[in-house]
Amino acid sequence: MREEIIIAGFGGQGVIMAGKLLCIAAMNEGKFVSHIPSYGAEMRGGTANCSVVISDVEIGSPTVPKPSIAIIMNTPSLTKFESKIKPGGLLIYNSSLIDRKPERTDITVVDLKANDISEAEGSDRAANMAAIGKLIALKPEIASMDAVVTALDVAISARNRKYNDINIKVLKAANSSK
Amino acid sequence: MGKQILMKGNEALGEAAIIAGCRFYFGYPITPQNEIPAYMSRRLPEVGGTFLQAESEIAAVNMVFGASAAGARVMTSTSSPGMSLKQEGLSYLAGAKLPCVVVNIMRGGPGLGNIAGAQGDYFQATRGGGNGDYRHIVLTPASVQEMAELTVLAFDLADEYRITVLILGDGYLGQISEALTLPEPTGKVFEKPWALTGAKGREPNKIASLKLVPDHVLEEMNLSLERTYNEISSRECRSESYLTEDAEYLLVAYGTSSRICRAAVNELREEGVKAGLFRLITAWPFPAAALKRASLKAKKILTVEMSLGQMIEDVRLSVDNPERVDFYGRSGGMLPETEEIKRRIKAYGN
Amino acid sequence: METKTKNYKYVYNRPESLVDKQTHYCPGCGHGIVHKLLAEILDEFGVRERAIVVAPVGCSVLIYDYMNIDGCESAHGRAPAVATGLKRVNPDSIVISYQGDGDLLAIGTAETIHAANRGENFTTIFINNAIYGMTGGQMAPTTMVGQITATTPYGRDPMDVGFPIRGCELINSLERPVFIERCSIHDFKNTLKTKKAIKKGIKNQIEGKGYSFIEILSTCPTNWGMKPQAAADWVKDAMVPYYPLGNFRDRQE
Repeated sequence: MREEIIIAGFGGQGVIMAGKLLCIAAMNEGKFVSHIPSYGAEMRGGTANCSVVISDVEIGSPTVPKPSIAIIMNTPSLTKFESKIKPGGLLIYNSSLIDRKPERTDITVVDLKANDISEAEGSDRAANMAAIGKLIALKPEIASMDAVVTALDVAISARNRKYNDINIKVLKAANSSK
Repeated sequence: MGKQILMKGNEALGEAAIIAGCRFYFGYPITPQNEIPAYMSRRLPEVGGTFLQAESEIAAVNMVFGASAAGARVMTSTSSPGMSLKQEGLSYLAGAKLPCVVVNIMRGGPGLGNIAGAQGDYFQATRGGGNGDYRHIVLTPASVQEMAELTVLAFDLADEYRITVLILGDGYLGQISEALTLPEPTGKVFEKPWALTGAKGREPNKIASLKLVPDHVLEEMNLSLERTYNEISSRECRSESYLTEDAEYLLVAYGTSSRICRAAVNELREEGVKAGLFRLITAWPFPAAALKRASLKAKKILTVEMSLGQMIEDVRLSVDNPERVDFYGRSGGMLPETEEIKRRIKAYGN
Repeated sequence: METKTKNYKYVYNRPESLVDKQTHYCPGCGHGIVHKLLAEILDEFGVRERAIVVAPVGCSVLIYDYMNIDGCESAHGRAPAVATGLKRVNPDSIVISYQGDGDLLAIGTAETIHAANRGENFTTIFINNAIYGMTGGQMAPTTMVGQITATTPYGRDPMDVGFPIRGCELINSLERPVFIERCSIHDFKNTLKTKKAIKKGIKNQIEGKGYSFIEILSTCPTNWGMKPQAAADWVKDAMVPYYPLGNFRDRQE
């Protein structure tokens, strides 16, 4: 198993954190993981993304020029990354905020109302959790729900750990959503 | 074995420095190594150490000079343009035989370049960018785990040989988060009778590199440095030979580019191609003898760098029949590609 | 040296902090005087065994050969950074950065200002002799208007290279320094005042008060092309009017 994942959105959506959460969960289940954020000048202007690799074998290049999976949380990120996804790959897009349909027909496209799911569980800030919940439903070999829930304690800063109950609810709601 | 945690390369390096007993850090912000000063500014006060943001790279390396002269374990870190500024200090540190650890998380150059990871400072690191006859040890980590382990090693080597140890990483290694098992302290203790602690009950100590009279004193000092360098060369060469024993095609790389090469070797082996990887862990001293051994059966030797060809000069000097040595590199913050490495290796077979 | 004779006692002797050694300084040079003042003060406070002198490039780079204390050379201009490192590691040591005018106000301006601004607890002795001595008499940042040097053969033209920089006034714009004074060694009276100022600077450091800056107008007969007495007179007549003597700050809390 080797998945090369891009998680992209605007600053504040927690895409970097979502990547780390996934890595910690997969790491604790014995996978090789790498996470590298977009940084510096690229960060300015409000968009953020991270490249995550999860693999059964050692990871060479940590960059992800052609993702096998893209989790796209806003419209500018869809514009930037849709064309780069590997044929046969997976695109999860946040249809709560993205107002157009993806155009690719050679990949699996999954429509996820990430913000709606988050709000239904009582938070306007856990759309990233919805995305991770959906991803591991579609690709359970990356990490189990138990591992992700356990990883929350490490991935979330002490200051925000009080929201973990809601985070878990959102993860599970998205995980079982259609 | 300790517990695995997910940690960023720059922060792993910072924590490892603290594990190694480093209690003084002086630095100046520059991307992509900013997590190191940020981490040290948070952690050092917790362990009774001192973090100071200097007014420049030049000031930072000279604060390192002072702290080292006082006997402390001390570190500074920077990225390529800042490393150019530190060269003056590195030359003086060498002349004064002061131990310290300097980190260069390389980015694209020349000039301001960009902030992506690169390996364009190999010449500067291994040939010495400052004035005079001197060397420093250059360690080249290739993972977050090695960023930590080689940092611990760096402090011991620095004290053992009274020398600057340069950790030569790149922006990708600085920014990547990976599984890390924190290293243990080595517990080695080095006496520093030369340190400036005040001339109480002893003759005054002098830390200086100026050797004016008589005429031959500077040469004598340089010859004594050379003896140290020769000892380091014979004892401290480090490298990894991966599937090289029967390798018909040998890749040579270090740092991030060696990771990409390793992935290429694994895939080539699955396809039945006898490829291997020779990876530097020390760039100076250059592990020439080990490379020569690893290259014995190689029909072709492909040097892979994130530069337009710097380490290749050392590779050519180390192997028999250097006409076997070929080059593939990407520059300006771009990464070599596994597919391109495989394509080239396969083309040699045709 | 210590030939003790009964019924006699020493009323004057070489300071223990000074090495019994002929210096390389030229006749009439001010460095020897200031070295001796510093040595006397270290003896008087009994801190010789805690003292470290930082000697950057300049004629006085060899001060560590003349002082019987620990010594640290530094690159040109970097003495305040080196002193910062030394002092931060061993806060109990008594650290003196002994800097010339090129060091302090040209190549090391940044290091000087920032160490002063941080209020580093060391003492800076700034020798201002309006010229580069070691390299052979080139223009310094403190060279007087019209003064002829190896690199201002037609005299310093302020419209070309600016006016001489006043160190004390510059440092006096910063909040953290505790003591700033400009002195001179052109005559006996002023030399005694200079000793008092250095003593204050070392005392401040012993008491942990912070950064002290003592500028000393000094002589360079060789590079000025003058005899020693003429050089001393030139300090009084040409330099003192532009670089007013006196205390700029003496913070006592």
